[in-house]
Amino acid sequence: MMCLLSSCFDKQEKIIENAADISVGSYEMMAELTSPPNVPTPVGKRRAKKLIVKMEILEKESEMTDGVTYVYWTFGGTVPGSFIRTRVGDEVEFHLQNHPDNKLPHNIDLHAVTGPGGGAESSFVVPGHEKVFSFKTLNPGLYVYHCATAPVGMHIANGMYGLILVEPEGGLPIVDKEYYIMQGDFYTKGANGERGLQPFDMQKAVDEKADYVVFNGKVGALTGDNAITANVGETVRLFVGNGGPGLVSSFHVIGEIFDKVNIEGGDLINENVQTTLIPAGGAAIIEFRVDVPGSYILVDHSIFRAFNKGALGVLNVVGEEDKKIYSGEIRDDIYLPEGPGIQSMPTTNEIAASEIPAKSFEEQMEFGKQTYMQTCFACHQADGQGVPNAFPPLAKSDYLNADVDRAISAVVNGLTGEITVNGKKYNSVMTRQMLSSDEVANVMTYVYNSWGNSKKVVTKAMVDKVKSKK
Amino acid sequence: MINNIMKSIFLKSVFLIFIIQSIGFGQTKNMVYIEGNRYLPLYGRDSTVVEVRDFEMDIFPVTNAEYVDFVKKYPKWQKSKSIKLFVDNSYLTNWKNDLELKDSEQPNSPVTYVSWFAAKDYCECQGKRLPTVDEWEYVAMADEITKDARVKPSYNQQILTWYETPRSNKNAIGMNSKNAWGVYDLHGLVWEWTLDFNSVLITGESRKDGDKDANLFCGSASINATDLMNYAAFMRYAIRGGLKAKYSMKNLGFRCVKDIKN
Repeated sequence: MMCLLSSCFDKQEKIIENAADISVGSYEMMAELTSPPNVPTPVGKRRAKKLIVKMEILEKESEMTDGVTYVYWTFGGTVPGSFIRTRVGDEVEFHLQNHPDNKLPHNIDLHAVTGPGGGAESSFVVPGHEKVFSFKTLNPGLYVYHCATAPVGMHIANGMYGLILVEPEGGLPIVDKEYYIMQGDFYTKGANGERGLQPFDMQKAVDEKADYVVFNGKVGALTGDNAITANVGETVRLFVGNGGPGLVSSFHVIGEIFDKVNIEGGDLINENVQTTLIPAGGAAIIEFRVDVPGSYILVDHSIFRAFNKGALGVLNVVGEEDKKIYSGEIRDDIYLPEGPGIQSMPTTNEIAASEIPAKSFEEQMEFGKQTYMQTCFACHQADGQGVPNAFPPLAKSDYLNADVDRAISAVVNGLTGEITVNGKKYNSVMTRQMLSSDEVANVMTYVYNSWGNSKKVVTKAMVDKVKSKK
Repeated sequence: MINNIMKSIFLKSVFLIFIIQSIGFGQTKNMVYIEGNRYLPLYGRDSTVVEVRDFEMDIFPVTNAEYVDFVKKYPKWQKSKSIKLFVDNSYLTNWKNDLELKDSEQPNSPVTYVSWFAAKDYCECQGKRLPTVDEWEYVAMADEITKDARVKPSYNQQILTWYETPRSNKNAIGMNSKNAWGVYDLHGLVWEWTLDFNSVLITGESRKDGDKDANLFCGSASINATDLMNYAAFMRYAIRGGLKAKYSMKNLGFRCVKDIKN
């Protein structure tokens, strides 16, 4: 009986064709806002309501990557801003609050709004004030919101963007895991990795030469302890946006095929997608079932952005292996192509210019860790554990601890061919690294004094000695 | 201790400036003579050339201590007695009571949390007035050595950096270097009220404003404006456009100017 009633009710609601005619009656609720990578509870079967959103703007200094900070302008204290989840027909009463400590006026343009400026004109608010405006969600989809105060590009470049989801009536199909990811490009006065508080660089932004391209506002927001997770057999839904301001994202998950993509966040669904394009100021809803345990790397497949500018995240999947779907390595045969095997990175003389040498062991460890996270981490991983069958471990590594000159040489000259580390064979290529002697000394000292290694201290002189042997 | 020494050095040097300048030009105490001219403002007033007549400008923004004296003399501007038409709820919100600052506040920090009405009356009670946008912008386009430094990347970068730094209003006046006119703190401390702050209509929808005032951009292009230059000025016009006369803000203070009587 109960069931019958509710299905009748559902049918009745579906007759309404124009979303503008959906009544919210006197129903009212506070919107649940979440910071990335989390998303609020699905709307499910709830009716359209008056939804009150209170969004606070905060200008604050925060970490871009190890040793580098930046003054972010944020919606809700995070980059991207808080996730807003609504359904078609909701009447959103939007409170935009500009914190008194802020220096600048701001506003918000929500792409989910039908009306001039997307709310920007009605929400222009100076520090210490709050503006209220309201809109009705007419079209389902995943939409970007951002600040549109002059200079618009600068407000977006400093992190003022986020996503608002408008679910269709009855909600999106329920899945096991949902995450919120947003790409953005950042333009800093110093080059990528240059330490200290880095101011925004307008000229680089105009030229669209980004120093950092990252997911969720900083390097490492989705790696290590911050990685997102799922279990084998679960369906994962990613709400992925691109704040820009300058770059378009070629969003890809290494080792996964997207079962379903709502292209550009709209109704059109494409299936079996390898890489989906997410325009600046656009979004996509991505769904896939995870079948094989392991680490899946999220990247912008404009690939230097991933490995050199930070656009890299990790999805860790745990559960039973299925050898039918993925075998792992079966055999290791010899293949000898013509030509030299060593690749080298381009070298420049600018490397050492901005470096301040470490003054103590503690500084060597600190600077070394920064270099490690920027240069070595992608292959050798956060705790030096490496990646089985691909990249040898640095933690408790017999190969590393046996010969310090050989280890220095691997960093400054590169290393190729078969080696045995802790009883396992690796046959891979490590390119020579574009680091100054000081940086090599610091990073190697960090590695030797971490994860159960031999606690050697490597000096600049030792590095220079190995370099001069060449 | 160091703070005290700094303060005394600072006060002495300020004192010297006053003496030298009062002797040099015979002008009002704590004010500096600004020689008027015609110039092309960055944005606003149809971007035609505007004329600024000679005037005098306060060397420093009005301080908390000076404002305390003011409300003692003119009780109608005390926090509890002020008329709600002329101030909003945050008026002097950093004060303990009608006559005292909160302990966290410095007497020589610029006074903030004041409305346009209050600022205007303050200046008039001193026989002065608020500067116009044109006057303020005219003096503010100087850096330490040049009276129009707007095309210098260093000038613009410095201003933009300040716009990006939160909470600079806790600083005392006079900590930044003075500009070529001998005026301190136009940039780098607090926003400042101007007499006609709302004369440039910014709708809050900046992109539309750009469209509407397309000729403004052509105007700036003709003086070889860089993007940086536009951006810094844009931000000032944006904040002015967001204000109403009864608003008060943590980062908003003021200074006065005076006409020269011939």
